[in-house]
Amino acid sequence: MSSTVVETTPKVEPQVEKNYLNADHTIKSWLLTTDHKRIAVLYLISVTVMFFFGSVAAALIRYELTAPRGLLLSSEAFNKTFSAHGVFMVFFFLVLAIPATLGNFLVPIQIGARDLAFPRLNLLSWYLYTIAAVLVLISMFMGGVDAGWTFYTPLSSTYSNTQITLCLVGIFISGFSSIATGVNFVATIHKMRAPGMTWFKLPLMIWSTYATSVIVLLGTPVVAITLFLVVVERAFGFGIFSPELGGDPVLFQHLFWFYSHPAVYIMILPAMGIISELITCFSRREIFGYKFVAFSSMAIAGIGFLVWGHHMFISSQSVYQGIIFSLISFIVAVPSAVKVFNWSLTLMKGSVHFSTPMIYALGFLGLFVIGGLTGLYLASVDTDVHLTGTYFIVAHFHYVMVGGTIMAFLGGIHFWWPKMFGRMYSEFWGKLSAIIVFVGFNFTFFPQFILGYLGMPRRYHLYYFAPEWQVYHIMSTLGSSILGIGFVLPAIYLTHSLVKGRKAEANPWDARGLEWEYTSSPPITENFAKTPVFRGKVYDYDAVADAAKYEGEIEPVIEGKGRTNV
Amino acid sequence: MSDHTHHHDDEHDPVYFQYEQIDQQQETYVLGMWSFLVTEVLFFGALFMLYIIYRWKFQDDFYLVHEQLNWKLGGLNTAVLLFSSFMVAAAVHYAQKKRKTQQLICLGITLLCAFMFMMVKTKEYGDKWSHHLIPNKAFSYGEHHGGGGELGGQGEHAAVLPNGGKITLASGATNMGGEGASHDEFQYHPGNGTIAPQPREKPAFLKFLDGVFAPLDMPEKEQHGSPEHARLFLSLYFLMTGLHGVHVLVGIIVISALMILTIKKAPTITDYIPTEMVGLYWHFVDLVWIFLYPLFYLIPK
Ligand SMILES: [Cu+2]
Repeated sequence: MSSTVVETTPKVEPQVEKNYLNADHTIKSWLLTTDHKRIAVLYLISVTVMFFFGSVAAALIRYELTAPRGLLLSSEAFNKTFSAHGVFMVFFFLVLAIPATLGNFLVPIQIGARDLAFPRLNLLSWYLYTIAAVLVLISMFMGGVDAGWTFYTPLSSTYSNTQITLCLVGIFISGFSSIATGVNFVATIHKMRAPGMTWFKLPLMIWSTYATSVIVLLGTPVVAITLFLVVVERAFGFGIFSPELGGDPVLFQHLFWFYSHPAVYIMILPAMGIISELITCFSRREIFGYKFVAFSSMAIAGIGFLVWGHHMFISSQSVYQGIIFSLISFIVAVPSAVKVFNWSLTLMKGSVHFSTPMIYALGFLGLFVIGGLTGLYLASVDTDVHLTGTYFIVAHFHYVMVGGTIMAFLGGIHFWWPKMFGRMYSEFWGKLSAIIVFVGFNFTFFPQFILGYLGMPRRYHLYYFAPEWQVYHIMSTLGSSILGIGFVLPAIYLTHSLVKGRKAEANPWDARGLEWEYTSSPPITENFAKTPVFRGKVYDYDAVADAAKYEGEIEPVIEGKGRTNV
Repeated sequence: MSDHTHHHDDEHDPVYFQYEQIDQQQETYVLGMWSFLVTEVLFFGALFMLYIIYRWKFQDDFYLVHEQLNWKLGGLNTAVLLFSSFMVAAAVHYAQKKRKTQQLICLGITLLCAFMFMMVKTKEYGDKWSHHLIPNKAFSYGEHHGGGGELGGQGEHAAVLPNGGKITLASGATNMGGEGASHDEFQYHPGNGTIAPQPREKPAFLKFLDGVFAPLDMPEKEQHGSPEHARLFLSLYFLMTGLHGVHVLVGIIVISALMILTIKKAPTITDYIPTEMVGLYWHFVDLVWIFLYPLFYLIPK
């Protein structure tokens, strides 16, 4: 490598014996760790467990819907199943899956720090999350909740006879877990950057995580107190939202969506950060329009707080509110589109390598574009009146959440897996399951756009009044079976790689960035042997091509993989 | 709270291993504290938002029920907290000057103020309890005037809820206006909640508008105020002052811990940053009360 990106003593330590994984083997050393990398692993295990529970609920929903009169569940049980699916997936997987695992692992390393600013707070956040998850699981196994993940009042506060109080207490506690992580990231990114690591040399993953943390700090307290109010109303009869007690139930919706629309960006911004990393690395090219991508994250964080009313076009909101919220909702689509254009232009002049993470990234691009564009139908008031409360919405947000966040999460996990665990997985199985996820996903959710357009309401398990919809439901259920295989496969071969996988080099993708060029795989507990001084530029991928061009030689950087630098 | 008590194993090194130098560490801690306070502002902000909306809708009723609060005790607490905020600022000043005795005295006075605040608050809550003004099942606003308990003589329909509770609807009334419902967890009949023993002769559609629009000019309401809105006001009062009280309690714990660590000369307390962070927190607690006091105790007519 010709241009020196970082200044250091050893570029790649040859055979590092000690790393953060084998530093200590006791259970206690894991449960009381303050190492951000170990906490990332703890989080990875926890969110995988919650994802499993959410997926089981999803499978039940899809099975139930294959027949117009249902197959398995009573109406009450169906309500509880989709509520459980929503609560697990939104509050215990999507809002934190990427920041708490990959974010926790990468933020200090990518900016050149030895740890987050507040390591104990970081551990506390994992414990809060775990306590919250256990409480919610208990509430689900004690009978579940039937108010959906949105917990609209007065259903949740007055009428529902389910375990809502316990479940909401759990979600309330998980909010503080998010806040703790958000405070930690903001302080770390502001103050812990290595010498030379200025704001515009930060990897875009860091910009995304920073924007996400800002949203977490501004939004999460609001939803926490709102759900707490529902608890107080249920438990003590305080009157806040229930009309019988003098309150206004629509205010709950305002406060809830004030968080829960920005929460969409809490879920998708970290995914966008991952995609920026993957696209540059596997196009072997500097990202097109770095500052546009960076600032669009901040724009999304800001504007995202002004659009919550698009969830309430039919909730007694005034026409003028509707018009304004609709307009701003169109505006917030612009920064997302900016990112998509920048990624596309990066690909255009790049030399694209179809490794496993890249297949996920390309899948993300396609699905996110569909998810985003169908959002415009819902942002405009008149089409929303027809589509709201139907499967069109379900399909739309699954395209963004599953097609966006989960594709990026899987892509990121595959990209940084060698760094996190020092092992390579099977490329064959990786590529295969990426394709299976993509195909299964489209089979599952594309028919739901059609169903929604035809009028299938969400949260219904009976559609005997329109049996012609069954064919779409069966397609969707078949697709979800394929999707399920696509999720199980990585769990198997990634776990297998921990034991049998080939040992990973420090930089198996020939990627740029402190985590690849300056740490071993897996990194040592302190991350860096010596504090790095960053002198190069971010995403310095052209350097390799230039070297080849002017020096007339190409050095294979990756041994044994058959892939060389351009 | 940020983990300001975090310390490294090496007792002689106040710079923790993730930091390069002491300046960086101090700046990071203060920034972390400010980030935390931002979340606190939004935490209370949602409640203030609710308060603003409901007061805008029910200004007259809020005025009437606010007279149940003791503005003198509230004012005393305001003075106590303001003084304590001054004391904690002085403690930070002395911590920077490394004058430990004066710092401890100021923190001690702050602590006493916090205790005094909580004692006054307990007295106030106790008064509300004995007057059945806690918005729980024993809630009763204007209970000694229970003439209208028969729902104005109108017919009554009852619906049993899935949770075993009961909604009773006066016929001809719309339940959207907060009319005539009862929950299993409290016994509340709108008819007996009026101070003046007037029957509800107002047409149902007008009652409905009460809840939708800004206060209408309705002379008879100025006599007593709607008990639903009284319940709303008192719910917000207990929630917001209660949450504030929880913050005062946390403050008591944190200030005590800071004093103990300072006396013990713990290695984590070698600089003024922990005192500064506790000070920031305490100023925030004070600031919230500065808003709460006029909003609840000093509503203009
Ligand atoms: Cu939205």
